[in-house]
Amino acid sequence: MTTNTISALERQYIVLTQGGLPVCAKPYHWVAEQLDMSVDDVLTMTIDLKARGVIRRIAAVPNHYKLGYQFNGMTTWDVCDDRALEFGKKVGDLPFVSHCYLRPRHLPQWNYNLFAMVHGRNEQEIKQYQHQINELLSEVLQTHQGPANDILTSTRILKKTGLRLTSTK
Amino acid sequence: MDQLDKQLMNLLQKGFPISERPFKDVAATLNSTEQEVISRVQAMLDSGLLTRFGPMFDAACWGGDFTLVAMEVPDDRFEAVNEIVNGFEQIAHNYQRTHRLNMWFVIGTETSNEIFEVIKNIEQATGLPVFNMPKEHEFFVGLYLPA
Repeated sequence: MTTNTISALERQYIVLTQGGLPVCAKPYHWVAEQLDMSVDDVLTMTIDLKARGVIRRIAAVPNHYKLGYQFNGMTTWDVCDDRALEFGKKVGDLPFVSHCYLRPRHLPQWNYNLFAMVHGRNEQEIKQYQHQINELLSEVLQTHQGPANDILTSTRILKKTGLRLTSTK
Repeated sequence: MDQLDKQLMNLLQKGFPISERPFKDVAATLNSTEQEVISRVQAMLDSGLLTRFGPMFDAACWGGDFTLVAMEVPDDRFEAVNEIVNGFEQIAHNYQRTHRLNMWFVIGTETSNEIFEVIKNIEQATGLPVFNMPKEHEFFVGLYLPA
């Protein structure tokens, strides 16, 4: 990402498309009409937003559950700090890991610094993934401030609204 | 889902072309037609197989900020605390999870300072500590679920 700032027009683009693109032959023409731009300018802006990382990707998002991926687990790991970047990358590269982050510990309540979200079609698959990550991290896991790892599964979705940019502010 | 639906779902999870006739480009790679692809995608959105179609934005890039936080909520107060937390419009996702820290949610705001205000307000309203776990490094975000 080269810049954190977006123009007023780019902001309008985000507000317009964050709910999705229309499923029609010329979706970017629709954006152009709405924003009173030429379609070439919209395509250029889209490519630029993507290059800057403002748009992560333009894609379809499947419903995990309807595809049979009913199980997810937030695996958490206590990795020694000086190896965390190196090994976090290895975990993030695993195909079944969707999100992978380093986050701060909160001792003594929370000793894990590496988070990796895994998805599978059944509980055994999730456990197998946890096992694979454990093998990968074996030489850098530590236990002096608590267990080396845990897996947190969600028992209930309490709220799911997504992050939205409002047009008013 | 037939073969074309599966191919479309797998292809479109990875990315959608940026061009004047993107569905035509997609159709060309799948040996299909623009109109067929459009009606399949619309049908998968209508049936709920697809939940979203379009650009995914990085909230941090528009000057906003977000963070993951966790709370240890006593069982007998869980519903009441849940109501308080979800009442904040800045809470995007909230999950009950299997750990002593049993409530995990994402706070998304348009400015960084607002994160700390929301945390302080939740702590005051619930009387419980909120553990802030903003990402320090991101290795991968994205998910590919083969259909």
